[in-house]
This record gives sequence, structure tokens and C-alpha cells, in this order.
Amino acid sequence: MDLLGILLGGFAAGMVLFVVSVGLSVTMGLMGFVNLAHGGFAMLGGYVIVLAMKGWGLSFFPALAVGFVAIAALSVLLERTLYARLYRASELDQVLFTIGLVFIMISSMTLAIGPETQVLQLPEWLRGQVDLGVIRYRTYSVAMIVFGVALVVALWLGFERTTLGARIRAAVDNRRMAASLGVDVGRLFTVTFAIGSGLAAVGAGLGAEILGLDPQYPLRYLAYFLIVVAVGGLGRVTGVFYAALLIGVLDFVLKIYFPKGGTIFIYALTLILLLWRPQGLFGKRGA
Amino acid sequence: MSGLPAAHAMAARHRLQWWEALPWVAGVAAFFLFPNYLAFGTQVLVTILFALSLDLVLGYAGIVTLGHAAFFGAGAYTVGMLAQHLGWNEPLSGLAAAALVAGTIGLVSGLVLLRTHGLTLLMLTLCTMALLEQAANMGAAWTGGFDGMPGLSFGKILGLFAFDVLYFRSQYLYALVVLFLGFLLVRMLVYSSFGQGLTGVRENLLRMHAVGAPVRARLVIAYTISAALAGVAGALFTQTNAFVNLAVLGLERAAGVLIILILGGYGRLYGAFVGAILYLLLEHTLAKAYPTAWQLGLGLTLVAVALYARNGILGIVDALRRRLAAWSAP
Repeated sequence: MDLLGILLGGFAAGMVLFVVSVGLSVTMGLMGFVNLAHGGFAMLGGYVIVLAMKGWGLSFFPALAVGFVAIAALSVLLERTLYARLYRASELDQVLFTIGLVFIMISSMTLAIGPETQVLQLPEWLRGQVDLGVIRYRTYSVAMIVFGVALVVALWLGFERTTLGARIRAAVDNRRMAASLGVDVGRLFTVTFAIGSGLAAVGAGLGAEILGLDPQYPLRYLAYFLIVVAVGGLGRVTGVFYAALLIGVLDFVLKIYFPKGGTIFIYALTLILLLWRPQGLFGKRGA
Repeated sequence: MSGLPAAHAMAARHRLQWWEALPWVAGVAAFFLFPNYLAFGTQVLVTILFALSLDLVLGYAGIVTLGHAAFFGAGAYTVGMLAQHLGWNEPLSGLAAAALVAGTIGLVSGLVLLRTHGLTLLMLTLCTMALLEQAANMGAAWTGGFDGMPGLSFGKILGLFAFDVLYFRSQYLYALVVLFLGFLLVRMLVYSSFGQGLTGVRENLLRMHAVGAPVRARLVIAYTISAALAGVAGALFTQTNAFVNLAVLGLERAAGVLIILILGGYGRLYGAFVGAILYLLLEHTLAKAYPTAWQLGLGLTLVAVALYARNGILGIVDALRRRLAAWSAP
């Protein structure tokens, strides 16, 4: 395991973090809603993907699509019926509500499927290793990196080059001003919430090899998702991308060199970064 | 004064009501009525004190924290390490040492953390707690690492009452007295002008700045006192249970005490009592037998509380009382 190999592993882990947390950053930036249940949507999506492949015999990509659609639909349903009531509520109520939601998701999955870890059946072409010229590496990790980069490019284009993206950026920067210019922020939020949750579902399914997948998933990685979002800055897609890579690589490297207490550095780093720039590394001051 | 009902209400708020004696009467009565459940009772008392300390910052100062267990754990580990390594096992001075250590951590972290708010503050409190947890995990030579420190022993309380390993009788009364003193402190604080200032910060930060109130200083002082009190609760936990482990510092404990306080009703002193008793009773009876169903029920309750009963159980009681009063009045 030389340096390049370690870096690649870290990048792959970072990509998973990015795919799962990017939606959280955008929805938090839009509404200022503290959604601790985001990891819960990811976990449910991961289950849908894994079980669709195992139970219905779907192949990899259709299963990912099914996971995306199912979780996007579920999140729209919850957003319209429950989340929408709490937009004006205090942070504390939002925290309580979403923690409660996480508990419900965890326990219902434990009751319905069981507490054991779910294994993702990778398609043939993702197993084994691939020759990158300088190094042979796991095809799966390389594919994760390719997917993550493709996603960040697509999201960047979507944000910078489409009307929807322009509306989202406007609403993140100044919700009231955007609303008074005729942007339907509520509708916008529903759409981004659905896309964000769907992406989280795909991320959990894709990343099941790296992060694992069991009912405790949302709580185990809650701090990581939040750290990525807080460090990256609210509503900043590229910021979240860099933050996820940073945290992913650091976590991967530290777990190899300091298996006992590696995470302490991540928390310390987050503490220092947030004290230095409370709005996140890439967030706008005063946003 | 006669023409100012609001001033009357303000002046009368801090007066002792007859029902305020009830928790303490019940606390003493429980000692005689349930001699076999005093270990559980002690746990309830410790949790009430912990929730009360959280109420000071969350309910009165409006600081939303996810990391209050940091101070509980700091106090718990302080008395544990003092007893284990230095042979300092005198309980009362142990409580003082725990308050000092936790209060210092609260002061230092409060000075830095309380400049932020919202998500950043949430994350910073969470990270502070995680740092302490990891430190306790890594410093195994001092803290016992993952296994903690089992089988601690503590001296007699006031040199008179030995800890009662079998029935928890002395532990229960000890915790009851400490809780009572802690409660008096918190009650005095929240009805003082200092406490009024805290409530002002919670309700309208801008206006408090505008009238020239020392907002930061007030918040930091409240945070420090609350941390010290949480430290005392943690120390009580270690002393009465005679062990300490990593669970005192975890997210689960921090989230648990938050849930307890919200269930009971925050910003109202007695919410901590109602919440802790109810939560621990349910946990004690349900969680062991049906852990998954317990978690499901807890989740449903939290969602319902956040959506429909933001002031907790005592808030519901208040609303019912008002409705009853309106109904019985002509």
C-alpha cells in the first residue's frame, strides 16, 4: 500500500461522503433546516438498492435508479406533510423532529429487515482490479472516483448553467429577495430536497462497500455528514466536494496510521476550521 | 402597584408555590415506599440534575447544544481518575473537583464557542464532546480506555455514611440532597436579574445588544455554571455506581438528556423532573425487553412533540389548566 494507493482509497471514501452529503448542504442552505435525518434517507435508499438487486434480481444501474426514485418520492411526501410545518420553528424543534425521524427509520428497518449488515452484490465488471498504468487498484474504488467527479461536474453545470440552478443560488444567498423576485422558494425546496435525498440514496447504495450498510448507518455517520456540510459551507456544491475529499482522505489515512484514535484529528480539525471560519471553508461570510 | 397586574405577576413569579414541595416529598416518600428500587431512583435523581443543568443553557439562555454530555463525562471521569490514581475518594471534595474541572472546560470552550450560533454552534459542541470522548478512549493508562474504570471505591459521605452497595440507600439520599442544592441554585439563578437577562438573550438577541446588556458575558457565565452542575451530576453518577466508562461521554447520553428535557418541557425548572422520571421509567420497563420497539416509540414521540407539543408535558398541563380556568370562569 504505497502513498498513491492510500490517496486513491481516501478519494473513493471522500466521493461517497460527497454523494451522500451534497443534498444536505443544499437543503440546509436553502431553508436553514437542520435535517439530521438526511443519513436516514440515505440508509433507506441503500436498502432499496441492495434488496432490489437481491430480491427482484434487478441489475446494478436499474437498482440505483429505483433507489433514487423511491427515496426522492418518499422525501417529497415527508417534506410536504411534515417538514413543511417546521420551516419557521426553532432549530431545537427541527433537531428533535429529525432525530425522531432517524429513530423511526432505524427501528422500522431493524424490525422489517433485521439488524445485520447488508452486502451489495457488485456487478462482474466492478470486481477485481484495474490497471491504471502506474498502479493496479480496485475497480470499484476507481469507479467511485469517476462517478463522484462526473457528479460534481454535472451538479456544477446544473447550478451554474440552468435556470433552476440560478434560482437555487439566488434563494440560498437571499431567500426573501429571491421570493420577492418571483422565485417559488417552497417549490424549489421540495425539488432540491427530493434530488438531494435521491442522491443520498444512490450514495449509500454505491458506497455500501466502503461505509457498510446496516440500520445504525444514519447515526454512525451523522457527525461525518454534518462535518462535511459545515466545513464545505451551506449551499456550496463545490465546497462540499472539497470538504468531502479532505475528510475522506484524512479519515482513510489516519485510520491506517493511527487505528486507535484517528478520528480525534478530524474532530480537532473541524473545531479549528469552524472557529476560524464559522461559515465553512467555502461558505460566504454572513450567508 | 395595584394598577400594574403585569408587575404583580413578575414580582410573584419567584414565590414558592405549595406544589413545589411535592417533588421533594415524593423523593423522600419513594425512599421508604420502594426500598428495592433505590438504585433506579438514584439514577433518576442524577439524570434530573443533569437535565436541570441543560435547562439552564437550553431553556433559559437558548443555547442549542448537542454536546452537553461533555461536561457530565468530564465530572464523571474526574472523580473516577482521582479515586483510581490518587486515592482521593472523599465524595464531597470529589464533587467540588468535578465541578471545578467541568466548569473550567465549560468556561474555556464557552469563551470560544459562544461566538457562533446555529449549525456551527451545534457542530462545535458536538466536536468538543467527541474530542473528549476520543481523548478518554486514547488515554487508556489514565482513563481505562474503552473499558473504563470498573470497581471504584469511595469513602464515607461526611465521614459518616458509607456507600451502600446492595440497596443504594445512602446513595439515594446523597443524590437527593445534592439535587436539592443544585435545584435551589438553578431556581435562584433563573429568577435573579441575571436569569432575566438570559431569558432576554433567548427571546431577542438584537434588542439585548441594543439595550447594552453584556450578552456574551452572560452566556459564558451561564454556560460555565451549567457545565459545573453537569460535572457534579457526572461525579454523582460515578460515585453512586462505583464505575465510569465511555458511555458517559457519548452522543447517546447527550441526545438522551436533550430528549428528557424537551419531553418534560424546557425553560420551566420542573420539566427536568417530569421528563427524567417518565423517560427512565419507560426505558427501564420497555427498553430491556423490546429495544427496537422502544426506539420506534421514542422516535414517534419525538416527532409528535416537535410537531404538536413544543412545550413538553408540562406545557400540555399548563394549556389544560388554562382551558379549565377559562371554562370555570363566568
